Amino acid sequence: MTNRDQKKVWREKRKMLEKEKNKESIRVGVFVCHCGTNIGGVIDCSALAEYARMLTNVAFSEDNQYTCAETGLTSIKTAIKEKNLNRIVVASCTPRTHEPLFRKCVSDAGINPYLFNFVNIREQCSWVHMDYPDAAFEKAKDLIRMGVAKSIMLQPLEMIKIGVTQEAVVIGGGISGMNTALSLSRQGFKTHLVEKEYILGGRLNSLYKLFPHDTEASELIEDVKTKINNSKNLKVYTEAVVKSVDGYIGNYNIKILQLDRIIDLKVGTIIVAVGASLLIPENLYGYDGKSRITQHELESKLKAEEKISDKIVMIQCAGSRIKERIYCSNVCCMTALKNALIIKDRKPDSNITILFRDIYAPGTYEDYYRRARESGVLFIKYTEDKLPIVEETQVKVFNEYIGEKMILPYNLLVLSTPLIANYDNKELSQMLKVPLEPNNFFLEAHVKLRPVDFATEGIFVCGSAKWPVDVSESIVQGLAAASRASTIISNKNLNFSGSIAEVEESKCNGCGDCRDACVYNAVEMVETRIEFKAIRDSFIPSTALIKHKSKVIPSMCKGCGVCVGICPVGALSLKNFTNEQIGVEIESYLS
Amino acid sequence: MVEQIQETYFPKILTFLCNWCGYAGADYAGVSRYQYPPSIRVIRVMCSGRIQPSLILDAFNRGTDGVMVCGCHIGDCHYISGNEYAEERVKKTKKILEMLRIDPNRLRLEWISASEGIKFAEVVNDFTNQLISLGPLKKES
Ligand code: FES
Repeated sequence: MTNRDQKKVWREKRKMLEKEKNKESIRVGVFVCHCGTNIGGVIDCSALAEYARMLTNVAFSEDNQYTCAETGLTSIKTAIKEKNLNRIVVASCTPRTHEPLFRKCVSDAGINPYLFNFVNIREQCSWVHMDYPDAAFEKAKDLIRMGVAKSIMLQPLEMIKIGVTQEAVVIGGGISGMNTALSLSRQGFKTHLVEKEYILGGRLNSLYKLFPHDTEASELIEDVKTKINNSKNLKVYTEAVVKSVDGYIGNYNIKILQLDRIIDLKVGTIIVAVGASLLIPENLYGYDGKSRITQHELESKLKAEEKISDKIVMIQCAGSRIKERIYCSNVCCMTALKNALIIKDRKPDSNITILFRDIYAPGTYEDYYRRARESGVLFIKYTEDKLPIVEETQVKVFNEYIGEKMILPYNLLVLSTPLIANYDNKELSQMLKVPLEPNNFFLEAHVKLRPVDFATEGIFVCGSAKWPVDVSESIVQGLAAASRASTIISNKNLNFSGSIAEVEESKCNGCGDCRDACVYNAVEMVETRIEFKAIRDSFIPSTALIKHKSKVIPSMCKGCGVCVGICPVGALSLKNFTNEQIGVEIESYLS
Repeated sequence: MVEQIQETYFPKILTFLCNWCGYAGADYAGVSRYQYPPSIRVIRVMCSGRIQPSLILDAFNRGTDGVMVCGCHIGDCHYISGNEYAEERVKKTKKILEMLRIDPNRLRLEWISASEGIKFAEVVNDFTNQLISLGPLKKES
């Protein structure tokens, strides 16, 4: 055995001894909950508590009617003081609902909250093995033994505190982004609004009137613009695009390119409000931009007060709800109704037919649809397998309702084409590390529970960037995103769970697998200098070696442990779920 | 349900559940009182991507009859793609088990969403029966 090997062995031994010593001072308290009859009705809880007392390092155990009730919590706190406990195990329901409560309880009693361990003997024992009370009792014993074993291995962890730059950037200056920026600046946060075009307003600039009240779009924009111009905290960058994004929640560094200069922004939160684009229907129903145009082009004509021909056929779902573009674009039905009504208003005797697959006019919009019918607009239903056939001066369509083919002459054909995702969404999503859905719109964290959040904390989304929405919905979402974003930047500091990955540097071989596996970019490879001292009385001079070592950025780590699983040399570990901790659980079950 | 708890042999199954789907699904089975055989012991991890072959092999080494890993359905992982890693690692571990002459069917990977309590119960039932028919681990090698 060489000297070095010998040293290694000693080091290991010393570590072991230290651990043993530490173990001696560990005093576990076990609390078994009856949960009324939910657990107590199947399993003998006092016998369980009795059993727990026999386990190593358990200094105290008892059973409670309801451990989570005030009396139960008080008894935990008293036991901690009186029996000098430093690990707490509660055997009751599920950590998914009650872990925060018990963590807080032990921390109130002066113990680090991460020295608490939960054992589930209700959802995953008494409730599912009602017919086998004896087996359930044995299982509960195993689970408690495993829980106690793990608790002995637990280490105190600190919450991670990070500073927050109390500023925000809003990407996209359409109606949604304008409202977000305005709301944030009014709350007193310095806000940067980045717009690709040379003016604010986005697609609203090209709209004429807005449904359902026929407000002029330009009025609405002007109103918001004036407010923006008058607000002190709000800085607008037009003709500017995001070039790069670095950092994490509370601390982002963003480079934007405005014409030919680069501007650096430091913000705490990012709101994506880039909106959507219009589909140009090349090769669709003979689109030519003259007598066969899009709904949007029709609107521009109306806005410019151009003369509109009086035999009009509109085709809904032109290019949407088909195989390549499976979604409903949400706004086209209402746009068609709106434009039809405007034309009818101007020239009541014009002939308008709308070919549709389904009309989507939810809520009070239904009224709008009714008005269109009353004013004489004709509605004909077609189906996906029998698409209308457009000829030079007429449209042939199979009318689903009467089951007959119809021929409709036209001199203006209007296609209701969908909004599509911006071509550069992909690039932006990669910069922000947020996901897109299959149609390349931005994907929120949860459609119902977190509708304007991204799964990545600190970044939000609103308006048509997420899905085609109309103006009022854009505004609502813009304001929602502003209030969600303010929950971040209203703090000077943020606290995060201490259960994160860490690297044992000496073991790391610098392969970088962990960095590649981390979807949150929480692992980086840093250059480390390893110094070798010159050996005395020899010719070997002192040298240094540059090596790459992985490093976890605590504030970005979400604690999933994927990197731990992938590390080929076992240099990474996930606090609270270390190999050792899981190992003793396995061991104590199977021994 | 397993006919009766066999006096002679009842398998031990170590189960890793991810916090967001597998564990939640097991909880849901409990809330709905779906009964399943008391053969499993659960170890909670945050994501199935945390599991590594050494943990599974350790369990077999210590004499478990089966190991089950449950995560979110592909595409639903709370941490985006952790379950894809889990899938790959379970595949690899099965190969190792084969080399150790342990039937790879003793290791099972399942995707269980938070609302699939019934599926969880069915899977445990099925796996238990399968292991009973395979017999205790020791006899094989
Ligand atoms: S969180 Fe369930 S598999 Fe990743």
